[in-house]
Amino acid sequence: MELLEKTDKIHETMLKNFEEKIERGDAIEPKDKMPDGYRKHLMRQMSQHAHSEVIGMQPEGNWITRAPSLRAKQILLAKIQDEGGHGLYLYSAAETLGISRDEMIAQLHSGKAKYSNIFNYPALTWADIGAIGWLVDGAAIVNQVSLQRTSYGPYSRAMVRICKEESFHQRQGYEIMANMMKGTKDQQEMAQDAMNRWWWPSLMMFGPHDSESPHTGDAFKWKIKRHSNDELRQKFIDKTVQQAEVIGLTIPDKDLKWNEEKKCYNHGAINWDEFYRVIGGNGPCNKQRMDHHVKVHNEGAWVRAAADAYRLKKEKQLLHL
Amino acid sequence: MATDSQLATWEVFMQSKPGANYIHAGSVHAADKQMALQNARDTYTRRGEGTSIWVVPTDAITASNPDDNDMFFDPANDKVYRHPTFYVMPEGAKAI
Repeated sequence: MELLEKTDKIHETMLKNFEEKIERGDAIEPKDKMPDGYRKHLMRQMSQHAHSEVIGMQPEGNWITRAPSLRAKQILLAKIQDEGGHGLYLYSAAETLGISRDEMIAQLHSGKAKYSNIFNYPALTWADIGAIGWLVDGAAIVNQVSLQRTSYGPYSRAMVRICKEESFHQRQGYEIMANMMKGTKDQQEMAQDAMNRWWWPSLMMFGPHDSESPHTGDAFKWKIKRHSNDELRQKFIDKTVQQAEVIGLTIPDKDLKWNEEKKCYNHGAINWDEFYRVIGGNGPCNKQRMDHHVKVHNEGAWVRAAADAYRLKKEKQLLHL
Repeated sequence: MATDSQLATWEVFMQSKPGANYIHAGSVHAADKQMALQNARDTYTRRGEGTSIWVVPTDAITASNPDDNDMFFDPANDKVYRHPTFYVMPEGAKAI
């Protein structure tokens, strides 16, 4: 009984110290004491974020061999390499919480960990590469800029690094769209078609409305999240509408209207049934994305084994000297 | 064959330009030193962010415990005479 009370007391002090730190705006570092819920929330969010970067390489990788010019191919390669790099920053930041990259990948393969729903849609034409860079990376940037001030130090530092690199991604996408809109009628239609398919899924990237979001409470209290889903979505819409107008693209939302009073756009209803259907595994590419990741992971096993065998061999040689 | 793994982790420290401090950039996975260096270059210097890199096996690093901070860093606080502003300089003295 006494022991129990003592443990409770320690636990209480720990939580109080932690919450005071958060309140002051101090960053939490890996060796700091933190509540289980905080650690778990971060592991879930950061591994999902890392998996998204890596799975996000697939729809674009599909176009490397078919990029319309050498310039376009070089840019696309560099962008996809960045996405892989961002995945690595995030895995390494998540590992500071005490979960290994092996475990995170196993969780991805078992379906326990998720990745951003947006990558379950296919990149059908070259205009999709434009739309992905402009809209998908554009939405990701809004979210990641906000996360630069997240309370967990390693996550925040990874976000700062990622944001620096991400703006090239968005600009190259917008340039593709702008060029197509200056092109033939077919090219313009292709750009508009990509816009029509990627607009709504991009809005869904911010997650459910604040009134429906199950994880928001703790995330706000612990300053993991600094802005709500709806706030970030609004920011993205307000930025993007003008960019679409400049190049002559139409936002596929008949209810989109400037709200003079609030100084922002009102948007039409989001089809959440589709969101939950795709998240539930029934999107156009869920199976393909996961199968590909598992296949490449398994096919790469011999490389990791060979690297390890080489290390052992060299260590043995050193000992014999 | 050993069981499949993501290989060991290494901490990466980078110097942004000659003469600057080495600053922790993050970590990488690699089987040996050379692979760690190459992976660190590919991961952390795609835009000329560094001119020199150190890699250190993660488990070779010992870190202070934040719980001991008060005790561990305490002696620093009561030795104000280590700071130049502690001393009273004669009026009129220059360049000191």
